[in-house]
Amino acid sequence: MNIWHRPQGVAEHTTRVRHVLSAMRGDKLALFALCIFALYCLVALLAPLLAPYDVNSVDFMDLENAELAPYWQTGDGRFLLGTDTQGRDLLSVILYGTRLSLTIGVCAVLIQLLMGGTIGLLSGYIGGRLDAFLMRAADIQLSFSTMMVAIVVLAVFQTLFGNAVYQQLAMLMLILVLGIAEWPIFARIIRACVFAEKDKEYVDAARVLGVSKVRIMLRHILPNTVSPILVILTIQIANAIVAEAALSFLGLGMPPAQPSLGALISSGFNYLFSGAWWISVFPSMTLILLIFVMNLLGDWLRDHLNPQAAGG
Amino acid sequence: MSLLSVNGLSVKFKRRNGDLTALHEVSFSLDRGERLAIVGESGAGKSILGYALVNLLSKPGYIAAGSVQLAGQELTQLNAKQWQGVRGKRIAMIFQDPMITLNPVLSIGDQMVEAIRSHTRIAYKDARKLAIEKLAHVRIAAPVQRFDQYPHELSGGMRQRVIIAIALLLNPEIIIADEPTTALDVTIQAEILQLLKQICLDNGVALILITHDFGVVSRIAERTLVMYAGRIVEQGPTLEIINDPQHPYTQGLLNALPQMALPGQRLNQIQGSMPPLSEHPGGCAFHPRCPYAQDKCREKVPGFVYSGVSTVACYVVEDMLAEFAQYDEEDLDV
Repeated sequence: MNIWHRPQGVAEHTTRVRHVLSAMRGDKLALFALCIFALYCLVALLAPLLAPYDVNSVDFMDLENAELAPYWQTGDGRFLLGTDTQGRDLLSVILYGTRLSLTIGVCAVLIQLLMGGTIGLLSGYIGGRLDAFLMRAADIQLSFSTMMVAIVVLAVFQTLFGNAVYQQLAMLMLILVLGIAEWPIFARIIRACVFAEKDKEYVDAARVLGVSKVRIMLRHILPNTVSPILVILTIQIANAIVAEAALSFLGLGMPPAQPSLGALISSGFNYLFSGAWWISVFPSMTLILLIFVMNLLGDWLRDHLNPQAAGG
Repeated sequence: MSLLSVNGLSVKFKRRNGDLTALHEVSFSLDRGERLAIVGESGAGKSILGYALVNLLSKPGYIAAGSVQLAGQELTQLNAKQWQGVRGKRIAMIFQDPMITLNPVLSIGDQMVEAIRSHTRIAYKDARKLAIEKLAHVRIAAPVQRFDQYPHELSGGMRQRVIIAIALLLNPEIIIADEPTTALDVTIQAEILQLLKQICLDNGVALILITHDFGVVSRIAERTLVMYAGRIVEQGPTLEIINDPQHPYTQGLLNALPQMALPGQRLNQIQGSMPPLSEHPGGCAFHPRCPYAQDKCREKVPGFVYSGVSTVACYVVEDMLAEFAQYDEEDLDV
């Protein structure tokens, strides 16, 4: 008998989610990061409701209001954070920009995860020639820097199909390019995890129980690779958002009509020294805080996602 | 007809300059409900034999020759799909270390339900009921609570019980237990062994117990098979072998038990150690360590003879038997 046996009737239904949540309650920094991140997600979801102006309406853009300073400098109650070069309310644009940036980041990383996960699992579990082939493909893919691939693809697309088509498909293109360019990162980590896991005895035990290969991969090995995946997931989303911002800054990302955070920073950049600092600074702060919080969360998850470390 | 019959099973490991032989023509049989122990030092090929029976040899290893028949069905010819129907359902396996045999990120219940559902189409509720029933059967307290716990929340003994429960889920005909108690405390060992034996008796399951510990063997197995360097050297009823070991190697093993030495005395040991796979000597593989080794031991592998106690592969025993037979004849002549 286990002498540490807890009294009966006390709910012993401990799940991993609870482990993580209870650990989080004790950690103020992690809780803070989670709250901020949740706030960002909420803002992204509810941008149309929260924004003081509708970005799609015709009178939203009014050049007469261009480059108005924030409320506390002008006393103009209409624009809390001032306006940008096109006369748009900066607060509204930032809310919509956050929504765009997060969507692109999350979708791009989901593509990375799906591609990288499948390839990593197959490569690690089957091994042999397939593994050699897929990993060389990953090496080749990684030898081109993401930004280079993205710039070339987006620039070629823009010139081939013209600006009008590009503006319509910009978001989709960004998601695809950022998604496909970085699959090897997931593939490599997952392959390494699978390699470490597949020789463990519980896999043999599952095989000896007659569990099929596919089920062993998906139900037994994959859950054991979740913690590293979640860590890279958060950091990769942050990276994708930064990459998107950088591309937009270079003029290859989102069009000025529907600016992401990066596009906003870029549009304000030229006015930075003429005194209109707010156009760049507010979106930059929004972006920096988001990335900071996501990195914090990623690190924290890495420390706490191990059920053995969290249990007691 | 016996439940499992193994004939001339050879296992080799692929290597660039010539394959290594890990098992040399192993033959034995197992009846329904019989408890058989396979004994030998590390490297004798016990575990390889266990893995070969369920076709789980890892990569360079392969079955080079021989047959394994389960109730008349040839197992070595099965494809991957057919194996899935045999493993778990007809032959279950229990591994050495319960700390690493359970998947750390799935709850006990998930793992059990998973095992049931990969063989039979059954609703989650029914699978859960069956799993809890089996947990109770291996005498785990509060099985309903345990069902939702994770492996790290259980002690080593408890985990081994869970593993036995998992092995029992699909009512297999044979359980292969590869050193099931080596990783456990001595007190827990006795409990687990008792449990294993009881379960085999209750359900009519045959057991193949792989171990290096004669103490364990004597408590559980009806029949014992002693292995050395990939060969069976002696097999027979456990009690007879323990009371009157025939092969010098079996004698050495039994002599090495701590109980055999007097207090204050050095423990007995067999001189030398098991040769690595690549350096198996010719003739009887045990001859370099055997106190009775003769010239012919170095030249040819001895065949099996029945000594009246057990079946042994040893020239010394063979010669002795021949001598006895001669005396008997002389007695008759007079």
